Amino acid sequence: MTVLGSLCLWIAFLVGIWGALAGFVGGRQGRRDLEQSARHAVFAMCAALWVAVAALEWALFQHDFNVEYVASYTSRNLPIFYTWSALYAGQKGSLLFWASVLSLFGSLAMVLTGRRHRALLPYVAGVVCTVATFFISVMLFGQANPFHRLAYTPLDGNGLNPQLQNPGMVFHPPMLYLGYISITIPFAFAMAALLSKRLDVDWLVAIRKWTLLSWLFLSIGICLGMWWAYVELGWGGYWAWDPVENASLLPWLTMTAFLHSVMIQEKRGMLKKWNLALIIGSWLLSIFGTFITRSGVISSVHSFTQSNVGYFFLFFLIAAGTASFTVYATRLPLLAAETKLESMVSREASFLFNNLLFVGIAFSVLWGTLFPILSELVQGTKVTVGPPFFNQVNIPLGLALLALTGIGPLIAWRRASLPNLQRQFAVPVTVGGFAALVLLVGGMRDLYALMAIALGAFVAATVVQEFARGARARHRQYGEAYLLALGRLLGRNRRRYGGYSVHTGMVILFIAFAGMAFKTETEATLRPGESAVLKSPYGWTYTFTHLGVSQYDALNRQVTAATLEIGRDGKRLGVLTTEKRQHVDGLGRPTFQPSTEVGIRSDLREDLYVVLAGLVNGTEQAVFRFTINPLVWWVWYGGMIVALGGLIVMWPGGGSPAVKRTQAGYAVRLVEDMKA
Amino acid sequence: MNAGTKFAIGAALIVGSVGYLMASGVKQTGQYFLTPSELSQKIALDPSFYNVGMKVGAHVVPGSVTRDLATRTLRFQVTDGSARYAVLYRGLPPDTFNDSVEVVVEGRLQKDGIIYATNVLAKCGSRYEAVPKA
Repeated sequence: MTVLGSLCLWIAFLVGIWGALAGFVGGRQGRRDLEQSARHAVFAMCAALWVAVAALEWALFQHDFNVEYVASYTSRNLPIFYTWSALYAGQKGSLLFWASVLSLFGSLAMVLTGRRHRALLPYVAGVVCTVATFFISVMLFGQANPFHRLAYTPLDGNGLNPQLQNPGMVFHPPMLYLGYISITIPFAFAMAALLSKRLDVDWLVAIRKWTLLSWLFLSIGICLGMWWAYVELGWGGYWAWDPVENASLLPWLTMTAFLHSVMIQEKRGMLKKWNLALIIGSWLLSIFGTFITRSGVISSVHSFTQSNVGYFFLFFLIAAGTASFTVYATRLPLLAAETKLESMVSREASFLFNNLLFVGIAFSVLWGTLFPILSELVQGTKVTVGPPFFNQVNIPLGLALLALTGIGPLIAWRRASLPNLQRQFAVPVTVGGFAALVLLVGGMRDLYALMAIALGAFVAATVVQEFARGARARHRQYGEAYLLALGRLLGRNRRRYGGYSVHTGMVILFIAFAGMAFKTETEATLRPGESAVLKSPYGWTYTFTHLGVSQYDALNRQVTAATLEIGRDGKRLGVLTTEKRQHVDGLGRPTFQPSTEVGIRSDLREDLYVVLAGLVNGTEQAVFRFTINPLVWWVWYGGMIVALGGLIVMWPGGGSPAVKRTQAGYAVRLVEDMKA
Repeated sequence: MNAGTKFAIGAALIVGSVGYLMASGVKQTGQYFLTPSELSQKIALDPSFYNVGMKVGAHVVPGSVTRDLATRTLRFQVTDGSARYAVLYRGLPPDTFNDSVEVVVEGRLQKDGIIYATNVLAKCGSRYEAVPKA
């Protein structure tokens, strides 16, 4: 099967080169035969790559340990679920997965794109083939061929790192990959629009669903990553501003900015250059993310295999960045704005500020991530910045963004009048102010947390107001019952109300993040019967009583479990178990380092988070870390609502309002000034 | 004043505050990231480097780790091949910490030559990859 797999890689490689050439040349010369050929090349590449994926899965399931990749990431006692996901557990498999999914998305784009946008497709095929060929060439020439065979056959494989043996880890990487990969399709359309000089709103319409899709995958991937880090790593939080996390956040930020600014281009014909730059930038950031995670140039606790593969990506990043921005620069004269900003108090202006904030946050995150390298280049000494930096910079910016989340959707296009402002904002501002007052009286003194919750209340009130007004209008006009009216409202204007749902999810997330400002923690060494005490931010006193330790063998691990009884203000709440696991191979020898299974007791207000650090000299005296994390559940709920809102917007049919354009009379340039 | 100019002012405010936040953030929270030999050079040149918060990236010296779980005290030595420093950490090290990993120690070097760590991060190739069989 490895012969078949390698053969498929070579076929895909050659077909990819042909497809790239045929696509670009065919598109440029308008030759139908070449255009057809490029289209077929995408399909052929897709078929070849998925046969290669099947070949690798076959080797994994057959436990063919002569294949280096299989021996590195699986073992005979690995649960079957994780054997399957070992496809993307290592670098080589990830590259294959990446190229295969890209070719699949490319094929879908070929099939699903309407006739109206046909002229763009040869270039799209060309870009998709170029990018996929790059990934294949890394496998073939960067010593990263997943089908590489060893000179001998080990009896058993190394097994999968226990920290990856978690359901979150099965879905988190592919979701993020799907997000990263699907950015290539909008990027390909953007390049196609530039190359073919068809720069009207058409190409934006063609990629709307694709940008949403990739944004949705990134959002879900990031949330799953947070969840995995929280339940599996045992350090007590879900976001550490680690370079690898930042790498996933960067394209998410620029994509989110794009999803907003694209509305201005559709409605008002402004921001054309900005939007193209955002798409190209997002795609480059997704490649950049792969580069920093794979090259080890930035020290991260996530250390993937460091190899020369990183430098392939650096080269590709520079080459692709230069090429795409060169094309972009030559087309700038075609990208003049059709209208200009009329008033600062308008939806356009609020969206523009929103975009600046998103890009500002992205820039600061990029800067902080690269700071060790930059400072070493400039000063000769490495200086690092950590979570305090990112929090200090991004909390104020995030709060400003949260405020705009409430303002943007309510303010009128072009120019808002005073009565309009009063009508829209009277209730939400009152709600937000009241929330702040209640919290102040309630004794909350953390300024940022207070602002987050008050602004959250303000935004939530704007959303409720919008839904209520929409439903009431339908009720009056069509005599529908309120509930039906609400459902129809959502169904008929999916983009708008789905967007509001995403905003609601973001509000919940912000409030949940604010909760972490009140996290409390203690460590204790307890003999059975002894207790530790921890005060919760809500004023309760929790007692954790160590009941005892049990040790037993499970499927592929030896488990040491400590059980604790939890009491709140003297009342018994229940028991909680936390484990230390030592994974073993088929012969019972330990593999990997011990891993922690955190004991978590969640409710809507706070999580009790207990880590067993170890036993003292093998006795039942155990060392624990107890953490109380407020509002963590709301992170997961908020993430789900964000994803749900994204799905509502994406759902086919119904939702997309006709593109409205303003009259040519308004055509004056402004965008250049804004970009400076 | 037309809307374009007003917007430019607003945009300049945002860009300015992003810039200010970043600059002050780096100033207030930036920490040197040094190897043990770089640290010993710095100290030799400039004794005021004692008791300054920094990060030291190095390998744990095999066999140098002593853990006292009951008091949650961890002592070990770090080296980059030439210079060597003792580290004292009170707290719980990450799962991945052992005497053959690369660590990032966050803390302050004191006059007694010991780095008093406030945080220890273990970085090891086995995070996503199996331990290479020795």
